[in-house]
Amino acid sequence: MPGITREEVAHLARLARLELKDEELDHFAGQLDDIIGAVARVSEVADQDVPPTSHPLPLTNVMRPDEIRPSLTPQEALSGAPAQEQQRFKVPQILGED
Amino acid sequence: MTVTELVSYEDALASYDPVMGLEVHVELGTKTKMFCGCSTELGAEPNSQTCPTCLGLPGSLPVVNAVGVESAVKIGLALHCEIAEWCRFARKNYFYPDMPKNFQTSQYDEPIAFNGYLDVQLEDGEVFRVEIERAHMEEDTGKSTHVGGATGRIHGASHSLLDYNRAGIPLIEIVTKPIEGAGERAPEVAKAYVAELRELIKALGVSEARMEQGQMRCDVNLSLRPNGTKEFGTRSETKNVNSLRSVERAARFEIQRHAAVLSSGGTIVQETRHFHEEDGSTTAGRIKDNAEDYRYFPEPDLVPVAPAREWVEELRKELPELPRVRRNRLREEWGVSEHDMQSILNAGAVDLIAATIDAGADAASARKWWMGELARRANEAGTDLAALEITPEQVARVCALVAEGSLNDKLARQVIEGVLAGEGDPDAVVAGRGLAVVSDEGALGTAVDEAIAANAGIADKIRSGKVAAAGALVGAVMKATRGQADAARVRELILEKLGVEG
Repeated sequence: MPGITREEVAHLARLARLELKDEELDHFAGQLDDIIGAVARVSEVADQDVPPTSHPLPLTNVMRPDEIRPSLTPQEALSGAPAQEQQRFKVPQILGED
Repeated sequence: MTVTELVSYEDALASYDPVMGLEVHVELGTKTKMFCGCSTELGAEPNSQTCPTCLGLPGSLPVVNAVGVESAVKIGLALHCEIAEWCRFARKNYFYPDMPKNFQTSQYDEPIAFNGYLDVQLEDGEVFRVEIERAHMEEDTGKSTHVGGATGRIHGASHSLLDYNRAGIPLIEIVTKPIEGAGERAPEVAKAYVAELRELIKALGVSEARMEQGQMRCDVNLSLRPNGTKEFGTRSETKNVNSLRSVERAARFEIQRHAAVLSSGGTIVQETRHFHEEDGSTTAGRIKDNAEDYRYFPEPDLVPVAPAREWVEELRKELPELPRVRRNRLREEWGVSEHDMQSILNAGAVDLIAATIDAGADAASARKWWMGELARRANEAGTDLAALEITPEQVARVCALVAEGSLNDKLARQVIEGVLAGEGDPDAVVAGRGLAVVSDEGALGTAVDEAIAANAGIADKIRSGKVAAAGALVGAVMKATRGQADAARVRELILEKLGVEG
């Protein structure tokens, strides 16, 4: 059984708003399956005594004091925006008509 | 849009048993955002409180706010939760422009606090225990303005504008376990729970929890099951119900709507619903299907939070008295009924009265001024009691001036008016307006003599034993002294001069 199906890849593409053609779905499904298969081999060697790792550093409780640091100016913040209006980021229509 | 047919609340409850789940988001009162040092001050110009981290720019790294974590632990402890020994943040991925990162940093299967409860007291004094599933840390989203639609709504808008000042402000989300067994009181329990939670958050000092400013927001999940059955029905989730009254109305409306759908043989669709303040109704929002596929995974840019047990115990020791316990204690100390205490709570006067008593006033006077004259003025001005330009210390001083006889109630009201108008402390207003009670016995005696002379008929009645008629003469003296006399002393003088026993 493959690690990821073509249908799952299509679903993920939709969630990420990626438009994939049929041949792209075939292509990526095969590639992603190979990758998942390769990563899954880690589980074969890791026994109960090896906890899952989400972070490479053995650190906890890295916090910062609740002190204000300078923000960007609105002009700086908006400098990379493809479109702006009224000092706000302008984004395309989010939902179509009902 | 179809108009929802409702069944009456009584009929709904005759057949069905409501089960609720409440999700409350609290914006913390920290100075800075959850993961960066941008200010959280309200009312700043658009996009003036952002930085590479909260804008999700490449190369930026978040670091969690220590006060944010501490506040989460305090809330968890006050809700009798267990505090995680070790927990992580998670990315909640979704495609929507209110977060520039394209995910919200939240917690998923490792909340910092879990498994607690909050006892809430209903208006008749009954205590209902609401079980808490979890409280976790996350961040608020940016503010969207939808342009081009007819009503500023997202539907029909041509485009939207985003202000990210709010994106990243610390939020604690508090989720109840399914609330069962409340029956017909479910809407009341929902309201009492949110009210009690708000009091608790305020008492902890972690947020002002002003619902009207969006600092506290509630989602009401509700389902019905036929009476006598165990299995939960399909639920609806009414989002962003933002006042105590609305929480109660939303729950009530959904009970009636669900009952109407179910009793006509229909099925409830699992969906989010929007609450409408104008008429208390809800309408369908988005259907919750696989759109809820958030692909949570542990946030690689933040290290785990592992609250040391010693620290947790220190915080536990510092917890304030729980609001419900404190209210019951104060209620006994002040000698007021459950009902009166509820009115005091609803008026937002508990802390003000307590502070006035701490400043030296007696309980009855403190309560009288806050719940009478000051409540009336706050109501007229359309503000909260706490927003009035008078401090508990100043009210206590007014109480003291009345108690020592320097002011009567009428003059005290004028003093309060002066304080509210910015004329200074009560003593300054008394001096500035010349408001002291006429205590010069000579001047008062003259006024009494004049009143008796001018009202010989009434004086005769009093002499003949009709003591009640003295009121008319007291009135005349008060008028002559422009209300600055002590009415009780005037009455004594009148009776004395006419040779009658009071």
